[in-house]
Amino acid sequence: MAVVQFSEEKLNKVKEIIARYPAGKQKSALIPVLHLAQEAFGGWLSAETMDYVATLLQLEPIEVYEVATFYSMFNLKPVGTYLFEVCQTGPCMVSGSDQIIDYIKNKLGIGVGETTADGLFTLKTVECLGACGYAPMMQLGKHYREHLTPAKVDEIISECRAKANAN
Amino acid sequence: MGRKLLLDKAHIEGIRYYDTYRSNGGYAAAEKALKTLGPDGVLEEVKKSGLRGRGGAGFPTGLKWSFIAKPEGVPRYLVCNADESEPGTFKDRYLMEFIPHLLIEGLLISSFALGANSCYIYIRGEYAWIPDILEQAIAEAKNKGWLGKNIQGTGFDLEIYVQRGAGAYICGEETALIESLEGKRGNPRIKPPFPAVKGLWQSPTVVNNVETLAAVVPIINIGGDEYIKFGTGKSTGTKLISACGNINKPGVYEIEMNISVEEFIYSDEYCGGIKNNKRLKACIPGGSSVPVLPANLLLKTAKGETRMMTYESLADGGFATGSMLGSGGFIVMDEDQCIVRNTLTFARFYHHESCGQCSPCREGTGWMKKVLQNIEYGKGKMSDIDLLWDIQRKIEGNTICPLGDAAAWPVAAAIRHFRDEFEWHVANPQESQTRNFGLAHYADPLPAPAPAAV
Repeated sequence: MAVVQFSEEKLNKVKEIIARYPAGKQKSALIPVLHLAQEAFGGWLSAETMDYVATLLQLEPIEVYEVATFYSMFNLKPVGTYLFEVCQTGPCMVSGSDQIIDYIKNKLGIGVGETTADGLFTLKTVECLGACGYAPMMQLGKHYREHLTPAKVDEIISECRAKANAN
Repeated sequence: MGRKLLLDKAHIEGIRYYDTYRSNGGYAAAEKALKTLGPDGVLEEVKKSGLRGRGGAGFPTGLKWSFIAKPEGVPRYLVCNADESEPGTFKDRYLMEFIPHLLIEGLLISSFALGANSCYIYIRGEYAWIPDILEQAIAEAKNKGWLGKNIQGTGFDLEIYVQRGAGAYICGEETALIESLEGKRGNPRIKPPFPAVKGLWQSPTVVNNVETLAAVVPIINIGGDEYIKFGTGKSTGTKLISACGNINKPGVYEIEMNISVEEFIYSDEYCGGIKNNKRLKACIPGGSSVPVLPANLLLKTAKGETRMMTYESLADGGFATGSMLGSGGFIVMDEDQCIVRNTLTFARFYHHESCGQCSPCREGTGWMKKVLQNIEYGKGKMSDIDLLWDIQRKIEGNTICPLGDAAAWPVAAAIRHFRDEFEWHVANPQESQTRNFGLAHYADPLPAPAPAAV
């Protein structure tokens, strides 16, 4: 297991974040730093990662665990390289999200919450992401993919595969 | 064409950047506030404008500001609620993406009025690309002397920071938001004390929605007296409506609060009518938590009056026959949509988003989801409909924060107005798996109201 340790650049970012709050209130940096950690350490938060964040911010480990388990964006187990987070709430549902979810399941041969055998794709259903006018939609990394159709899903999957092959 | 106050310049190329924003009249309101009006003058204009919180509750903004405690030597904070998470609502995202300086200018004026020297924008974590846009706008504003120390030589200091959440609807509730900003779980606090007295880090804090704070800019520009000339009655000014569902032109519209619901849905200026020439079945006019209305109660009130896009008109008839303007998340459903399934997705949403502190909400939202699942998937009993009614009544009003009410209302309204459809699901467990109940009588004209007794 690789040692959990931020790069110099990320450590500076942590310092910059802590400086946004009054002295002694560095606990406020917890959620932003957990985002940084999830990004830096494989897209999920292991116990080691959370303990590392606790040390960085001078918190008890439990203060980190209780936050990490509360917020849905923090993944507590490994996920594929590409995480498809498909919205399934009312406005997306009336615009056909059920069919999109079924299409992805068939196309990738996985269920919701599962990862493909090659470790490339994980499918997750999520609740409203605030893109109701551009439904159906999913989050892929930092950005939204909107107005989804089966053809568009195919394109996204090919795009991810091409990116993975290039790396 | 309706007049606009917030998005009137949103189409101008480059308006996202300082130079274009400034050369189109940007920061003129900030200049007026800082150099002419002073903090009390700003508060006075906001009070006069009748501005009501645009996040959903509609509480008068000037009044909220006037509650802020001002103990000597204690910092005050302004927190901008950009945790937009109410299903159907995506208006703040539009504003922040396309015209971020309008928000920054609004934050500057509002912080100045409140005497806050630090301001935090708490934005939902999924809007992961928007902090970059906001931080760039903040850097530009700072570079031009609108943020930082001694702003424009007035002696006023202000820093604005962007904080990302991490996926929790409950953090749109102001005390949960403050908890989250302090690095904790988003569990709402018991009020009182209100944030205006003990908020962020136990200091006096005002939490306002993005659109509310942006609206402060035109209010200062034109004055509160001019602002109330937009809209009607206590629904002053303009409102952003995010329209979605089965309509031809989903998107974010700025409306003057003086148009009818019918015009909003059917005119080409706004939603452009129902998609695929279908008929309107139902609508949730103010985000998922407000009561769903069948077509016949949506376009006209029970009294037979034209229903308008205002706080008062949408609420006309109370929950018996009315709804709410809420956050402006306008969800339209056509004749092919299933009310049971739609209600199930909302029950699942609230169950997922309940923070778990209060038993009625934590347990009740899960029960509602399960009972609705049974009905939707052909395993329901007639008694389940009354059971659902009973559960929602036991949640409403029995929780620390309004999430319990928000979970109860959509279920109550669905049963109140669409009971036939629930009964049909139970009575036809197999058929309901292959087709939907359809439009039924939900668009039929209502009988003319009986003349009032003299």
